[in-house]
Amino acid sequence: MAFSALRILKEGLTGNKGWQPHWRDPAPKEEYDVVIIGGGGHGLSTAYYLAKEHGITNVAVLEKGWIGGGNVGRNTTIVRANYMVPGNSEFYSHSLKLWEGLDADLNYNVMHSQRGQITIFNSDGARDAAMRRANAVINQGDDAELLSLGQLKKTLPYLDYDQTRFPIYGGMLYRRAGTARHDAVAWGLARGADRRGVDIIQNCEVTGIDTAGGVVQGVQTSRGAIRTKKVAIVVAGRSSQVAAMAGMRLPIESHVLQAFVTEGLKPCIDHVVSYGMLGHFYISQSDKGGLVFGGNLDGYASYAARGNLPMAEHVCEAAMTLMPMIGRAKMLRSWGGIMDMSSDGSPIIDKTHIDGLYFNGGWCYGGFKAIPASGNCYAHLIAQDRPHPAATGFRLDRFTTGRGLLDEEGTGSHHNLH
Amino acid sequence: MKIPCPLCGQRDSREFSYLGHASLMDRPAPDAGDAAWDDYLHNRENPAGVTEDLWSHDYGCAAWVVVTRNTVTHGILSARLAKEGTS
Repeated sequence: MAFSALRILKEGLTGNKGWQPHWRDPAPKEEYDVVIIGGGGHGLSTAYYLAKEHGITNVAVLEKGWIGGGNVGRNTTIVRANYMVPGNSEFYSHSLKLWEGLDADLNYNVMHSQRGQITIFNSDGARDAAMRRANAVINQGDDAELLSLGQLKKTLPYLDYDQTRFPIYGGMLYRRAGTARHDAVAWGLARGADRRGVDIIQNCEVTGIDTAGGVVQGVQTSRGAIRTKKVAIVVAGRSSQVAAMAGMRLPIESHVLQAFVTEGLKPCIDHVVSYGMLGHFYISQSDKGGLVFGGNLDGYASYAARGNLPMAEHVCEAAMTLMPMIGRAKMLRSWGGIMDMSSDGSPIIDKTHIDGLYFNGGWCYGGFKAIPASGNCYAHLIAQDRPHPAATGFRLDRFTTGRGLLDEEGTGSHHNLH
Repeated sequence: MKIPCPLCGQRDSREFSYLGHASLMDRPAPDAGDAAWDDYLHNRENPAGVTEDLWSHDYGCAAWVVVTRNTVTHGILSARLAKEGTS
């Protein structure tokens, strides 16, 4: 049943009694064409595009918890495409274009808001680096604009321009960047996949991957065995554990990235604002009014989905340095996401050494913005057994061969440096 | 988090810098081959639960310390000097 203004009017006048659950709650069947392990944003997106673009609808999405309860609900909801390295660059550009049509495509308001992102630079060197990145973004077909100090002061009057420790030199504006509503993204994709026949099975934990002679046969789950010829792992945050069921060791270390939100305030921060002095800091204001902000990883392996106080203190210091007005806001909540940190800081979408087993993970801290393209490219790989043109760089063997490493920060393919 | 440095006692984790899993001490032989080196450099056990990892007490005694801790709870169980070798 489609959403429309007329429908909202009709429901409003008749007591809102006609709304129905957005997706079914089916019991698992004995066999599927494709079994997707993981009902996060990326898994749901994969199922959606498998059904929509490849006509493969006999698909199960197995989620051990509930839809929207994992990393898709534990991020800062920023959507941007300002990556620089070939391989990442075209992928995130592809993702941004999919985001721009996602509301209409899903007939679901994911509240994608292209409010623009401004990255502030605080030295001549940082401006040069920002220019280089902006040129790479323009070369990939997207847009970037340099804001002078004067323009920045008009756009973001609330920054502390008088400070001498990290003087503000200007900013780079990415007009098409912005935010989206994380829950709506998960729900909209789940509904879209379900309407095309995909079974979304919650509270169903995969406990084993069955193989015979190097070929996938099916999966064992907490709700029984399921036969299938194609198994798609897409469980960023728990990749190492699920891949281990198929005897794989991954170039991934799990880390915690914290995020923070204040009480609801009247509109005051109109963009996504970020800067890189003093570590890293980014902030936006949600539609409810809360200031949502975060910084770097805590910096040690963790599955706790919460962080420690030193990083909370550091992020608040960075916030106060940039915009002292934030000091009057009360912090309401903080949480941590579990980041699949790959050794070069970029993701993996590839086949594995087992026939019929596919792997998608290693999203580091770039997972939310990648949701549409990750599913779109993964579905392409699963359906056609060859990579989507926008994701040819996300090979699993690049770590082994050293060819095609996607080292956005130029720090080397080494854990703990991204 | 507080880390019980074997030389300095209980110290704030901010005094330490983190390197990674303690298996980094089991360096393959120079001629061990590409597969062994690839596995050593890139692949990780990445356990959800008890793990051992390497921390350097930069703002203390500067010793490398192997910390046994739980990645799910952030509980720290014990610590020993890295020079004592792998368990």
